[in-house]
Amino acid sequence: MSAPISLPRWADLILVPLLSVATAFLVGGLVVAAIGVSPWEATKTLITGSLGSGEALGFTLYYTTDFIFTGLAVALAFQAGLFNIGGEGQATLGGLGAALVCLYGGGLPGWLLIPLAILAAALFGALWGLVPGYLQARRGSHIVITTIMFNWLASTLMGYLLVNTLRAPKSMEPETARFPDQAAIPSAKSILGVFGIDTAATPLNLSFVLALGCALALWIFVWRTRKGYEIRTTGANPTAAIYGGIAPAAIVMLTMALSGALASGVAVNEIMGVQNRLLLEFTAGYGFVGIAVALMGRAHPLGVVLASLLFGILYQGGAELAFDQPKISRDMIVAIQGFVVLFAGALDGLYRPHLARVFTALPRTRSGPI
Amino acid sequence: MTTAVPAPAAIELIGIDKSFGAVHANKAVTLRVAAGSIHGIVGENGAGKSTLMSILYGFYEADRGEIQVGGAPVRIASSRDAIRHGIGMVHQHFMLVDTLSVLDNVMLGAEGGALVARGAAAIRLKLAEFGRAYGLTVDPDALVGTLGVGLQQRVEILKALVRGATILILDEPTAVLTPAEADQLFAMLDRLRRENKTVILITHKLREIMAVTDRVSVMRRGEMVLTTDTAATSPAQLADAMVGRRVLLTVAKGASTPGPVRLEARNITVLGHNGVPLVSDVSFTVRGGEIAGLAGVAGNGQSELLEALAGIRPLASGEILIDGCPVPSAAHNPKAIRALGLAHVPEDRHRMGLVMPFEAAESAVLGIHGDPAFGAGPWLSRRRIVADLARKMAGYDIRPADPRLKTANFSGGNQQKIVLAREMERDPGIVLAGQPTRGVDIGAIEFIHKRLVALRDAGKAVLVVSVELDEIMALSDVILVMCGGRLTGRRTPPPDAASDDTFVGELGLLMAGVTEQAA
Amino acid sequence: MHDFATDASLILASSLRLAVPLIFACIAGLWSERAGVVDIGLEGKMLAAAFASAVVAYQADSAWAGLGAGILASVALGLLHGFAVIDQRGNQIVSGAAINLVAAGLTALLGNAWYGEGGRTPQLDTPASRFLEVPWPGEAAMDGVPVLGPIYRNLVAGHVVLTYLALLVVPLTAFVLYRTRFGLRLRATGENPAAVDTAGISVRGLRYAAVVICGVLCGFAGTFMSVAQAASFLPSMTAGKGFIALAALVFSKWRPWPALATCLLFGFLDALSIRLQGAVLPGIGEVPVQAIQALPYGLTVILLAGFVGRAIPPKASGIPYVKER
Repeated sequence: MSAPISLPRWADLILVPLLSVATAFLVGGLVVAAIGVSPWEATKTLITGSLGSGEALGFTLYYTTDFIFTGLAVALAFQAGLFNIGGEGQATLGGLGAALVCLYGGGLPGWLLIPLAILAAALFGALWGLVPGYLQARRGSHIVITTIMFNWLASTLMGYLLVNTLRAPKSMEPETARFPDQAAIPSAKSILGVFGIDTAATPLNLSFVLALGCALALWIFVWRTRKGYEIRTTGANPTAAIYGGIAPAAIVMLTMALSGALASGVAVNEIMGVQNRLLLEFTAGYGFVGIAVALMGRAHPLGVVLASLLFGILYQGGAELAFDQPKISRDMIVAIQGFVVLFAGALDGLYRPHLARVFTALPRTRSGPI
Repeated sequence: MTTAVPAPAAIELIGIDKSFGAVHANKAVTLRVAAGSIHGIVGENGAGKSTLMSILYGFYEADRGEIQVGGAPVRIASSRDAIRHGIGMVHQHFMLVDTLSVLDNVMLGAEGGALVARGAAAIRLKLAEFGRAYGLTVDPDALVGTLGVGLQQRVEILKALVRGATILILDEPTAVLTPAEADQLFAMLDRLRRENKTVILITHKLREIMAVTDRVSVMRRGEMVLTTDTAATSPAQLADAMVGRRVLLTVAKGASTPGPVRLEARNITVLGHNGVPLVSDVSFTVRGGEIAGLAGVAGNGQSELLEALAGIRPLASGEILIDGCPVPSAAHNPKAIRALGLAHVPEDRHRMGLVMPFEAAESAVLGIHGDPAFGAGPWLSRRRIVADLARKMAGYDIRPADPRLKTANFSGGNQQKIVLAREMERDPGIVLAGQPTRGVDIGAIEFIHKRLVALRDAGKAVLVVSVELDEIMALSDVILVMCGGRLTGRRTPPPDAASDDTFVGELGLLMAGVTEQAA
Repeated sequence: MHDFATDASLILASSLRLAVPLIFACIAGLWSERAGVVDIGLEGKMLAAAFASAVVAYQADSAWAGLGAGILASVALGLLHGFAVIDQRGNQIVSGAAINLVAAGLTALLGNAWYGEGGRTPQLDTPASRFLEVPWPGEAAMDGVPVLGPIYRNLVAGHVVLTYLALLVVPLTAFVLYRTRFGLRLRATGENPAAVDTAGISVRGLRYAAVVICGVLCGFAGTFMSVAQAASFLPSMTAGKGFIALAALVFSKWRPWPALATCLLFGFLDALSIRLQGAVLPGIGEVPVQAIQALPYGLTVILLAGFVGRAIPPKASGIPYVKER
């Protein structure tokens, strides 16, 4: 490799991603303008639609929850040098796990049923990540291709189960019966209501707290534990990992399992927090949003949370925008997401040489390391 | 001494200057290579040889200076230009496509038309012709990936010749060759010279220079410090020129007091990817209080043996004994072997010993990150690993003394000291040190050698693998020699071994694979 | 009642039709990956082409103009991929994923903004605006002939020009890849770009050529879907075909003729699953069509894992080329 362009740490962690994201939004703005809508008005609608009211904020944070889960999943895999494109499939399987517990454990009390269902979701998601991990670690299959295939396998499996086995009796829709009431994760409205705070009904539920907890736990795990050290070492230099007594194959499998478990958080939020039944395509591409989020957040949990919030704003505000402006559909969000992945991911190096020139031109530079 | 009639210059470099950022790789280098001669260029790693040749082959453009080919100034901005001016290069890492045939590889870039069929026929003829003329025979339809390194190198040379090269640059061509293959290569270079082709041979092996070249140039720190007829110089003079001052590598050490055997290898065989033995049936012992030096030409199985001892490479057969106890196969992995008291300074710190993007403190716990001293249970305490490296930095004079600095931002010598500090401060019983001073400045070399001797004096068994024979001779209490994956000899060096020509000659024979039985 | 020849020829014909976009896309991916540029953005390029071709075919009332637009749109995305991964040395997977997202978003967004039908483009209802089946001589005359008649009518004849083109692309690719200077250099680039570079050939030029060829072929694939197979663009109409093509590419081990065979097999599975929808087979019960749909993915995973054979990608694929000393 040629000498990497060296920038100050803060520029690397904050300035470069910000510039990339700004570029992505600029291009998005140009598209909006090309459609014949004022980007300025669109931005205003986007912001007020996502942050302007308690209700709007609730929806924004509800989307944010999904993105934190999938973003963390991709970010953790990145740390081990793996590209997990399989968030969609892993979340789908997570939904299956949660649904099976909720449907067949209906007699259990909520305080037991909900954790069990979450655990089942994590377990199923972990399994759907573990298999590609195993195939990469032991059989040398490329994880990207395998996880892509596993997304489609998950989707056909779910299609089969919901049409043939799990469909509610007498229902025409490919979805399960409603879960028992105690299986529902408490909503933000009900919890805040306990404290006498009255809020609008939104899909926001306790899963949001779970997502934030996962982000914190992941940060501690990756940067403060021996296993986390082994994961980062494997990602940064697999040969050195072997030398250091780390078994990369085991790390790959562990990481993919944990990554899959994290992705299954989408199922917890959607299936147990909002829908209370299992249905097709509930992942709605959130697994792919995770890629954008992880790239933007520099594969760091704090970055992932912030990037998720941004995407939450985009999703909720985008929905309002689509409602407000018939010329703009929600697909706008997908396009912007693509621009973010493009500029913050693939074209990450676009500004670096220019920034490096600016920084070296600055008179006050710290004495360089030897 | 000068040659009577100056031969016409095949190539002339005048005042070549090249910088990479702050690194001044070539400083006003001037070089004249006579047509029809073999011209050697020697110098230590990082002396600027490779940069100079890369400029000649169009990989880089010089900041200043002029290149003349056959007396006319030329501009070489790309490999294409170089090829057009009759310059061919055999890279140290072959530029071949494994999945293509020899013919396809040779033809690449010289296809002779949009369709390959006609060009292929012409090139077949040429290959046959070169095979006859220079002894460069190779099956044109064999897949390159299935050929041995010697044959692959032949394909590289054929590539250059097919393109009409009259000037051939070979970069460390013998690094991967067996002595027999190297001899074949030199015989072939000689035939090329007789056909009035010009050969530039880059190497750091002085014996080769003395054996095959007509003239030799020495580079040091980006400068061309000496150019002379080979017949008029000696290895000692060249070595002086390379290093800059006369350093007779000596290590102050007392007599060894060998204790019991701490490390033993019994009939170790290690296989490569394709089942080819890289290490064959090697047995030896290293006692406590003893430094054993493992000598050999690079690529003769020393690296693989070292990695096998450290548990990184699996053993195909044989066993390792540590302090008299056989290591069970379940414990033949880096983690378990480390736990048995073996420390391993790997040959390549970039590839294996350190994690360059990590903070130094994190690199400095690689392999010992499970040590309870660094945190309770599953935790790895940053405070403690930073404090640990800060302490080691003081003891090993590692600069800058900032444990939080990125590993990549330390100089080579200081990186090596980080590895050393990590491996030696664990109080291991056995130390494996691979190329411990490669790419390290003189001051650090002395420091590292003193440390190794101190470990010996503390009763450890030390095994040093080095391609620098001088280092082996200066350090070792006993010298093991490997060639072609086999142990070809075990010698106790006489006092002042490095200046004992008979002893050095004997080692040279062992390194070339001439064993006791055969001799 | 149909006879067996008719049945077989009909299902094979529909297999072929379903395989056409796969063949184009798979061969597209082959060109790119053989040059060392991994492309998971086949899907996105197809989608962009499907959209652009449907729009232009409608506006210009010309299927051929649509094809041109489809190719342009796809090549533009290919060049974007090229810029990101060849010049900027970006991650090839990330860039491909970005292209898929951008294409999915923009096509639906623009379709909705321009025609206001949730992203669907207007129906192509004039003969000029669609690729129609090419008439073959003597179809009626062959009708009465048993076995050969239905085969001729359904399998040989009865296809649009793009279908024949798809079948032509395979031998053409095989020829160029294995018999020409360009092909030799391209294959070498995917295996060891340094060897190509030191031979005085531009790795960058070859890789750009590869992504452009890939773009053109994805353009055909997308156009076929919206202007021949269907008569308008629908959001996400490629429905994972780009990924099946990717699977076929792995399955065929990056070789043209096996790629054709694999795409035909996958097309056949697709046709079979459509045909067996809701059918009850004796002894098995209702056929789980999802199982058939899942086969391409499952088979690819199994092959990639080396349980059956081994699929080794071009050695340099996925790695940006950086000149070394």
